[in-house]
Amino acid sequence: MINLFEVAETNKMIEHENLDVRTITIGISLLSCMDSNVDVLCDNIYKKITTIAKDLVKTGEAIENKYGIPIVNKRISVTPIGFVGSSACKTVEDFVKIAKVLDRCANEVGVNFIGGYSAIVSKGMTDAERLLIESIPLAMKETNYVCSSVNVGSTKTGINMDAVKLVGEIIKETAELTKENDSIGCAKLVILCNAPDDNPFMAGAFHGVTEAESIINVGVSGPGVMRNAIKTAKGKSFGELCETIKKTSFKITRVGQLVALEASEALGIPFGIIDLSLAPTPAIGDSIADCLQEMGLERVGAPGTTAALAILNDQVKKGGVMASSYVGGLSGAFIPVSEDQGMIDAVQAGALTLEKLEAMTCVCSVGLDMIAIPGHTSSKTLSGIIADEMAIGMINQKTTAVRIIPVIGKDVGDIVEFGGLLGYAPVMPVNQFSCDEFVDRGGRIPAPIHSFKN
Amino acid sequence: MEKAIITVVGKDQVGIIAKVCVFLAEHDVNILDISQTILQGYFNMMMIVDATQSADQFGELIQGLEALGEEIGVTIKLQHEDIFNKMHRL
Repeated sequence: MINLFEVAETNKMIEHENLDVRTITIGISLLSCMDSNVDVLCDNIYKKITTIAKDLVKTGEAIENKYGIPIVNKRISVTPIGFVGSSACKTVEDFVKIAKVLDRCANEVGVNFIGGYSAIVSKGMTDAERLLIESIPLAMKETNYVCSSVNVGSTKTGINMDAVKLVGEIIKETAELTKENDSIGCAKLVILCNAPDDNPFMAGAFHGVTEAESIINVGVSGPGVMRNAIKTAKGKSFGELCETIKKTSFKITRVGQLVALEASEALGIPFGIIDLSLAPTPAIGDSIADCLQEMGLERVGAPGTTAALAILNDQVKKGGVMASSYVGGLSGAFIPVSEDQGMIDAVQAGALTLEKLEAMTCVCSVGLDMIAIPGHTSSKTLSGIIADEMAIGMINQKTTAVRIIPVIGKDVGDIVEFGGLLGYAPVMPVNQFSCDEFVDRGGRIPAPIHSFKN
Repeated sequence: MEKAIITVVGKDQVGIIAKVCVFLAEHDVNILDISQTILQGYFNMMMIVDATQSADQFGELIQGLEALGEEIGVTIKLQHEDIFNKMHRL
């Protein structure tokens, strides 16, 4: 039988170390909503989402109560709108119409984000997908809850450099259109390589075409718990450190699995996957940077940081896969800057640069995330940064992403306030040398060779 | 049988267990096990209970116990036992 010590340990994680389930995300296929008339399409989308997800928030709250564990976010992901709107949308405004319907659905069912205003263009773009991408700036301006993503490359297809060039311009335009609010539109837009179909985390969540009609995916979290666990292994060898991380990850994931199965049963929607990601928040102590520093680094960004992150990421997965048979999504450790107080401190102390962050993305779960850069950064430079990050993903067969915010009117040293879970960020310097000619070439980077791994 | 765990944490005083037990009896919640200790002047108690006979919803019991906790000046939580089983048992 459960004893006092175990009960106290669990409740200490919840009450003092910010243990929570980060998100319950319902994936909903919108393929059945397709129509050649955009108004009919919007109507179908509205009906389908508000029917399937109507009890999501209520169910989430009931589970929170039953187990005494916070479930921070309830969210929805949908089939990439680049597919869904392909027959109906003839103009940018048509796509924005869909974005507004998604926004209305999110507001009505009470979720805080809806993802899937997306295009999968890893090899080429259809006319509709190009239109969707061109509509992103306006869609991000006109909506509050809609998240957008563009997958521009994969290990199997290579990188679509035409799309990389285009999204560089789109990010810039989104920043301009939302400049009154510190270019917040860019915080809801992510560029991906090897995007998973079942990711429950925003801004990159969408319900892939390989998925069922609807599905429940759950993202667990707990950097604070991990940090305190690592603290207990102070001065111990790497073997003991890894053992500690694995055991903690197992415990956290089991809670996620419990919540996922319960939500799946209550909503009558099949369970998809658990995403094992350690996701920081701006709350003190809920930080990946703190985990890495607890391993023995003075600051994140110091030599050894990439190795420490590699250990953390790998051991989180090893502990988590035993706790749930269906692990998917992004699974690992997120390293956003604005959402992690330890990262912000490291940037302000001069310990962490954009280049070091890029190196860290080779071993973390995603990529360059929530990084504020000067508003005058050119779209070509943005494309260059994206191309670098996509190349890391393509060659290493991992998901990589770029969610970067060129904050209009701000420069290096300024602080940008996004608010809520998105936090705040110091504007970071970007390498000033040009990559214009490289980006202007056009075409595709071929898929990499799958042998001779060095 | 659906088991739940009640935890009571706070400054020690006379009658904490009595008051919690009266509440549980009034709401037809059966106590299966109690363990309790005093740590640095702080009262720590855990009860394993069975609430299947209770006419109240789980949420109502949680609220009732929270209110009682506020009244006596301690923190009282009621959680389904599965969260602990999942985390600590294979």
